[in-house]
Amino acid sequence: MKNLIDIMQMSTEELQELINRALDIIDNPAKYAQACRGKKLATLFFEPSTRTRLSFEAAMYELGGNVIGFSEAKSSSAAKGESVADTVRTVGCYADIIAMRHPKEGAPLVATRTAGVPVVNAGDGGHNHPTQTLADLLTIYREKGTFENLTVGLCGDLKFGRTVHSLISAMSRYPGVRFVLISPEELRVPRYLITDLLEPNGIPYEEVTDLEAAMPQLDILYMTRVQRERFFNEADYLRLKDTYILTPEKLRTAKQDLAILHPLPRVNEISVAVDDDPRACYFKQVLNGKYMRMALILKLLEVNV
Amino acid sequence: MIIGQIKDGIVLDHITAGHCMEIYNILGLDKLDCTVAMIKNADSVKKGKKDIIKIGQVIDLDFDVLGYIDPGITVNIIQDGKLAKRQHLSLPERVVDIIHCKNPRCITSTEQELHHEFRLADRQKKLYRCIYCETEAPKVSE
Repeated sequence: MKNLIDIMQMSTEELQELINRALDIIDNPAKYAQACRGKKLATLFFEPSTRTRLSFEAAMYELGGNVIGFSEAKSSSAAKGESVADTVRTVGCYADIIAMRHPKEGAPLVATRTAGVPVVNAGDGGHNHPTQTLADLLTIYREKGTFENLTVGLCGDLKFGRTVHSLISAMSRYPGVRFVLISPEELRVPRYLITDLLEPNGIPYEEVTDLEAAMPQLDILYMTRVQRERFFNEADYLRLKDTYILTPEKLRTAKQDLAILHPLPRVNEISVAVDDDPRACYFKQVLNGKYMRMALILKLLEVNV
Repeated sequence: MIIGQIKDGIVLDHITAGHCMEIYNILGLDKLDCTVAMIKNADSVKKGKKDIIKIGQVIDLDFDVLGYIDPGITVNIIQDGKLAKRQHLSLPERVVDIIHCKNPRCITSTEQELHHEFRLADRQKKLYRCIYCETEAPKVSE
């Protein structure tokens, strides 16, 4: 693997290798503290991001490496009309690895052709965000110890949420996984996920609208934000927006070992009262994202520790 | 109806009935000086009806374009009045600059020098997706 553009590039074996590496980093941080000494990560963020950029930068610093880059397009040559190919070709002369976020879908793939160094997709429009899925997967693995035989509930905006699509794709490769897709009719998962992935592979799933009714069966609950701008009808938004606010009351029927995930940022879809619940994993997820990015940087730079 | 035999040229056979004009246009056959004959709705044992195009000279054909438009086409190369080569087409794995991605969020919408490249995602459904954004390609006849 030379680049990471789409999570489905990685086999389940490669994912497990990365998870094992991340677990070793967690247990033995000192062992990795100088692993990338003398190496530079370039964070090319053509659109703003808080978590992802800082997570990549923290990951590289914790590996003993350095970071260069920019955090918005207007502070780069893109503002002068430079192409993605030329920008990364230039940056490839300075850095050993590139993490790139871009509003246009496919821009990181274009970057891989001229960068000359590994490129990681840190989010391309509404398309892919593979390192978020790495964070999701490590969180599930640490909470459950396995990816098999889990009932995974995904709730909220399942139509436009890129992290939802990637997680369904990645988890669908493990035996015994079933999905409960909880959303308003207007925000159901794209049909191709059903017709091209779940149905041909015989993966059990159900599409429902009632979170509380689905709650008792779930091992994982992946919450996402219902976005106002997605609705054509304000009345529909107002009718639905509070349906999926997760509160301690709605968790009464949940399993004791449920793991609640959220890619963040949240607005109001998870009440802050849930934060103290031991089943809330979304801030652990942030930390896990950093560990997986560390493991990924090591893999792409072919650093042996 | 009798169309004269060609000595050197190409016969595109088994074109899906009604598609010959589309292929004529996409291959730019209007620019040729040689004889080009189009036969619509000819009897076909295999398909019931078919179209045929006869081109009175051997030209370079883009098999990817032809295969994408109509993978059932048979290409017959005629030399000295005899069949020199017959090629059955299939859907190409990739098509480049034949169709254009219409997703305004795709990188091809802003970086003009990029080729519009689609990969075959599902052979049975004749489904192509943009390699950059995975947007489904419109069917060529749509």
